[in-house]
Amino acid sequence: MTDHEVITVSGLNHWFGRGEARKQAIWDLNFSVERGSLTVLMGPSGSGKTTVLTLIGCLRQVEEGDVRLLGKELNGISETDAVQLRRRNGVIFQAHNLHESLTATQNVLMGLQVHGTGDEAQQRKAAQHLLSLVGLKDRMDYLPGNLSGGQKQRVAVARALVSNPEIVFADEPTAALDKDSGHTVVEMLKKLGEERGTTTVMVTHDNRILELADRIITLEDGRIVKDEQN
Amino acid sequence: MTRYLTKMLGRLPIGWLQLIHNKTRLAAAVAGVAFANLLVFVQLGILGSMNGSIVASYDLLQADIMISATDFNTLTDSSNIARSRMFEALGVAGVASGASIYIGNMEWTRGEGDVAMLQTFALDVGAGGFVRPEIGSQFDALQLQDTILIDTFTRGLPDGALEDVSPETPFALESGGRTLRAVGTLEIGGSFATDGIAFASDQTFAAQFGNRALGAPNHILLNVEDGVSVETVIERLKNALSSDDVLVRTIDEAKAHDLSYQTTERPMGIIFGFGVLIGILVGIVIVYQVLSTDVADHLKEYATFKAMGFGQSFFVSIVFEEAIVLAVLGFIPGLLVSMGLYATLVAITGLPVEMEVSRALTVFIGTIAACAISGTIATRRLAGADPADLF
Repeated sequence: MTDHEVITVSGLNHWFGRGEARKQAIWDLNFSVERGSLTVLMGPSGSGKTTVLTLIGCLRQVEEGDVRLLGKELNGISETDAVQLRRRNGVIFQAHNLHESLTATQNVLMGLQVHGTGDEAQQRKAAQHLLSLVGLKDRMDYLPGNLSGGQKQRVAVARALVSNPEIVFADEPTAALDKDSGHTVVEMLKKLGEERGTTTVMVTHDNRILELADRIITLEDGRIVKDEQN
Repeated sequence: MTRYLTKMLGRLPIGWLQLIHNKTRLAAAVAGVAFANLLVFVQLGILGSMNGSIVASYDLLQADIMISATDFNTLTDSSNIARSRMFEALGVAGVASGASIYIGNMEWTRGEGDVAMLQTFALDVGAGGFVRPEIGSQFDALQLQDTILIDTFTRGLPDGALEDVSPETPFALESGGRTLRAVGTLEIGGSFATDGIAFASDQTFAAQFGNRALGAPNHILLNVEDGVSVETVIERLKNALSSDDVLVRTIDEAKAHDLSYQTTERPMGIIFGFGVLIGILVGIVIVYQVLSTDVADHLKEYATFKAMGFGQSFFVSIVFEEAIVLAVLGFIPGLLVSMGLYATLVAITGLPVEMEVSRALTVFIGTIAACAISGTIATRRLAGADPADLF
């Protein structure tokens, strides 16, 4: 692992199920991701791209192989170390996963409060600034139930980015967005990479945003079938 | 409230926000906790009223030492004791004075089918110093046969019925086929077993209770000389009476024994004690149900927080935050409704049911503890929040 590599994967295998139902989903993956890059994982449904995202994002236990994330080996990592590692990253979910009881601002605030207590007023200011950036200036105090799918996704993006993460793991972040909004979100991630060195690993089916990717890894049946630099 | 909790917790009050987001569930949960509180308060209120009426009987008396039969458990259920014991006791160094006290339940026939039970205390008319001053000061009026002091708080009396009672304007009442005259009053009230209190001279008592002999009072009361230690005199009495058929102790010790016996060995005390336990268990179950359902409903959000890097202690703190909020919000209506119920009980039964600050505080702390226990159990469901399930 070089200084430029924030993720290295070697000999990664993964299975689902138990006993006779146990089925291998990931087969001997080897790749690395460079700091500040925007890497897209593509492939048909069931190809294993989301599984890879969760394994390298320290969101699923690594069973076999080595995965180093920000210099930390994930195979056999303790829960305490996993918690610390997750705090350095941001996650954007396909289904938004906003907290229904919290307003847009409060949801974004959670992205800051994970790092501990701080000046609540300043945190709120930072959260609202980011919401303004994603075009939700007039929806800051709305509960998720009163936001459209696209607006929720933008809140989720703001929540993932508010704490200046080192890596953003995004699962279909533009699925609920129109072309322009989707493009804006990915451009924002790309800009973060250029300005702050934030790395983005994104699972997507959205061909409209591929032009912005630095690298496109295509998976099929749990194997890398194509690895292209853009 | 949210701002205040944010400042207090140093983070967003997720538990509070979750609770107020689903107002129907919050209302049901608060009602559940309030109901559990009500259960506990009612049981404690009745138990306290029973204890209060026990204490009230002892508080009528003013003596340093009480001599009773060895089978003493309550003021009224022990065997009688030989009056000669009083004379023996008066010969012991340090004993200043003594009095025999007789206790019996007297039926006051107020009309067709209307009978009130008066717990009647009787002493020699010269022994007014052995009872509370406002009662003892009226003992002179009891020198006439068949006169009594009557409780104006006797259950079932119309308001002001005994207002004008005095030696000059006595109130006539029928009891056991005899006519008695109330020549003075006291204010005590009923207990579980009796409707009120009466005081009489030992002569009137003997006439009224034909089967009781003046040579066998219920207890003997003693006062010690000024400057002499009560404990020392008790030791001397124990030696002097040299018999195992009497108990010599302070009034407070007798009262403590009575209270302990009635609450731990008599059915009523045990039943209400169990009632308190059931109330606590109901509270724990209700809060557990609410919290565990809440945790189950928010597993996805918790898994999201886990993916963001929140640790287990954060989730536990959310569940505890909810538990405390429910405890506080449920306690307030529980307390208010209980106070209303107490007032109703007092009005209907005349029993001394009071909301003491110490009781309210104990139940509040108990509610917090019960909710915390429920929260502890509910946090086990947090293990189901797996970030990988979100994808």
